[in-house]
Amino acid sequence: MKLIGWAIALAAAGLTPAAAQAPASSPTDNAAAAAPAAAAPAAAAASPAAAPIVYGSVGHQIPNPKIGMPQAGKIGIEEQVTPIGHEAEHFHDIWLMPLITVISIFVLVLLAWTMFRYRRGANPTPSRNSHNTTIEVIWTLVPVLILVSIAIPSIRLLRHQYTPPPADVTVKVTGHQWYWTYEYPDYGVSFDSNILKEKGDATLKPGDRFRTDNDGPPLLAADERMVLPAGKVVKFIITADDVIHSFSVPAFWTKLDANPGQLNETWVKVDADKTGVYFGQCSELCGARHGFMPINVEVVTPQQFEQWIASKGGKLASAKPAAAPAAAAATPAAAAPQPVTTQPATNQAATAQN
Amino acid sequence: MSTTADALHLKGHGAPDAHHDADHKPGFFVRWFMSTNHKDIGTLYLIFAIFAGIIGGGISGIMRAELMHPGIQILTQAWPLGAGAGATMDEAYHHWNVLITAHGLIMVFFMVMPAMIGGFGNWFVPLMIGAPDMAFPRMNNISFWLLIPSFALLLGSSFVSGGTGLGAGNGWTLYAPLSTTGSTGPAVDMAIFSLHLAGASSILGAINFITTIFNMRAPGMTLHKMPLFVWSVLVTAFLLLLSLPVLAGAITMLLTDRNFGTTFFDASGGGNVVLYQHLFWFFGHPEVYILILPGFGMVSQIVATFSRKPVFGYLGMAYAMVAIGVVGFVVWAHHMFTTGMNVNEKMYFTAATMIIAVPTGVKIFSWIATMWGGSISFETPMLWAIGFIFLFTVGGVTGVVLANGGVDNYMHDTYYVVAHFHYVLSLGAVFAIFGGFYYWFPKMSGKMYNEALGKLHFFVMFIGVNLIFFPQHFLGLQNMARRIPDYTPALEYWNRISTIGYMITAAGVLVFFVNILWSLAAGKKAPDNPWGEGATTLEWTLSSPPPFHQYSTLPRID
Repeated sequence: MKLIGWAIALAAAGLTPAAAQAPASSPTDNAAAAAPAAAAPAAAAASPAAAPIVYGSVGHQIPNPKIGMPQAGKIGIEEQVTPIGHEAEHFHDIWLMPLITVISIFVLVLLAWTMFRYRRGANPTPSRNSHNTTIEVIWTLVPVLILVSIAIPSIRLLRHQYTPPPADVTVKVTGHQWYWTYEYPDYGVSFDSNILKEKGDATLKPGDRFRTDNDGPPLLAADERMVLPAGKVVKFIITADDVIHSFSVPAFWTKLDANPGQLNETWVKVDADKTGVYFGQCSELCGARHGFMPINVEVVTPQQFEQWIASKGGKLASAKPAAAPAAAAATPAAAAPQPVTTQPATNQAATAQN
Repeated sequence: MSTTADALHLKGHGAPDAHHDADHKPGFFVRWFMSTNHKDIGTLYLIFAIFAGIIGGGISGIMRAELMHPGIQILTQAWPLGAGAGATMDEAYHHWNVLITAHGLIMVFFMVMPAMIGGFGNWFVPLMIGAPDMAFPRMNNISFWLLIPSFALLLGSSFVSGGTGLGAGNGWTLYAPLSTTGSTGPAVDMAIFSLHLAGASSILGAINFITTIFNMRAPGMTLHKMPLFVWSVLVTAFLLLLSLPVLAGAITMLLTDRNFGTTFFDASGGGNVVLYQHLFWFFGHPEVYILILPGFGMVSQIVATFSRKPVFGYLGMAYAMVAIGVVGFVVWAHHMFTTGMNVNEKMYFTAATMIIAVPTGVKIFSWIATMWGGSISFETPMLWAIGFIFLFTVGGVTGVVLANGGVDNYMHDTYYVVAHFHYVLSLGAVFAIFGGFYYWFPKMSGKMYNEALGKLHFFVMFIGVNLIFFPQHFLGLQNMARRIPDYTPALEYWNRISTIGYMITAAGVLVFFVNILWSLAAGKKAPDNPWGEGATTLEWTLSSPPPFHQYSTLPRID
């Protein structure tokens, strides 16, 4: 991204980011790599299990490998899709990052010059000077001014983060060891979201669904996604029922701990044109499978969102006449030009493993 | 006895003190197991720190090996690399958590603190202030020997159940409720007892240093004439004294929550999980300054010595450390920006945290100003000190980024934070320790180290640690979460570079050990003051190694 300073530093070290190094979607080569077994109270198996998964339909849109997930060899912040994210990324990329790069280089150059100019060969007799009030005042006051120039936009950003507009949709997020529950109290929709295991995982039972690239990258893809309407204000109420977890969606600049016994609240408003799938994962150590409880958020148009709510058996406040059977009618996400493919909920290929 | 009142007259005479009773050493067992001599206890601390450093560094090697490629390769191997053959995947993942917990606790409590405070502090605070020993020599001994059972408890915890598998897997912060209801079995209790003992050891040590520095300075050694290393240990001792009791209270509450049905940190009984984090970080943030302040002191001594100049802005340097210590007590919740605190709290901790950059900047610029106009030579200790100044700056500026509560949401609990605190600790504190070790090795051992090997050690390790930790900034910005044993394949590239960096670092540390062994066996005899006119502190007026008891006639400072 705009991390020119770091790019220079790396070039100096003879390194170049190898974009082609590890395709984001390449499957892991180790059978044991993927997700663990039992604890998943497989919600996926509940209602829509029998129906085949139609990739491209709402809830199963094909992610764009260029946004919402880590990119091989990239070094900057992920593309942001919320107003808060834009403001924070701008603050980081335009002010903080150049500033700390310049300060670091300034110290480096000053050190190098001093080492060169005052080496013993060039300056055999040291000065005895150990005070200079002017310079000491300067190097105290200038950092103060720099910090003020950081603090002002920083405090403004905080104020914006803590000034939520009225919410259009509320989602209650509950962290468990080791999966998430997403609940839409306004619509009576609630379901669990578990990691998708890799094809060939030893703990995968015959007929179990496994991860494909249409679900998302390895370790980050979940069986069920939180679906949100683009352009609407979404309020998250976040908690946990065992240990502390942390709900994190990097593309939204969102991270908030899920504390047992407390309700934490935050909000996002995804840009109206930024439909797509965004990946995150639990960000507070929560036990053995801490690394294996991904967060998938699919952002769709408000119309698609209503279809999805209806397909989940939810009741819409607007009470539209029987919001059509969703799955088949859904349009693929604009960001996903790939062909629509399907994976049966029960996958015969799974029997080939082991 | 030809000792005159002026210590500086001793220079170049050998040590006249060394002849009478001053050098009568007790037998081996009494000398090393019942020691009351600050130099011997300092040596014990240094040996302990090296031993713990090998274990803690070895654990990071296992971690880097696991993270070199996506997938689980190491954690399913035989113990202690992995959870052992036949372990379930959950046990393997738990083993990962045990490794990260042990690495953090060992490096903080059993490597950096014993090396800096116990080792160099014990050795050189009395020498630098002109005192014959520490104020409480027997308490000094028990401070050290408490560390042995403490370390044994921590290592032993990895052999007993910690819930999902063997060992305590809560992270070094031991957050409730993962460390209470989330971990059955005795492993976490053992880890908590280990911290109790290590904390008691440090509190006793802190009392000893404060008493020694306030009461045992040689005539004329006013507070404002004390070497900056002594100032740094004084500030550190106060931080220890004020923060460790809070940790002790917090982990005692963990113990009673675990074993006696209290609910300090359990909402279902009226407790609060975030309370533990407040208590922990009220200790934990001063702790990170405890780890770095003695390093500041050592770097000040080294830079002045090899620039042949007095430290620039001495008073500013001393009071910058005091300021860092004071402000360090009121910024703790920046470790908790994502716990759901309210906006006023977050604004306060953002602003307070950034203020620390000011005294830190004063120190960085004063070190450079000390070199400015000097006559600089680049012996090994100076290389480590210069490396420290730059790398600490890099770690410091990423700290300013993370200080912004609104920005931190993105980087919190990612590898960006890992990179940040390893730049200030692994590349800061550890560089200072190596600098101090090479600086004082001739004084402690009476032998010169090998300069070529020392420089080789520096350059290999400089490249290695930067390769480990610089790419971790990128991983963090691409959202690699902390404390995960496996990652999505897109993150492989920088992880591989990082692991290669570890291999280079390990080779550098190997050079260090070769250097020590070679120097102890075959090093040239060290003169009293190998560093020339720049080395003005009192320890250089003594013989190398110093007599068993020094300053039987107190030096007088004018």
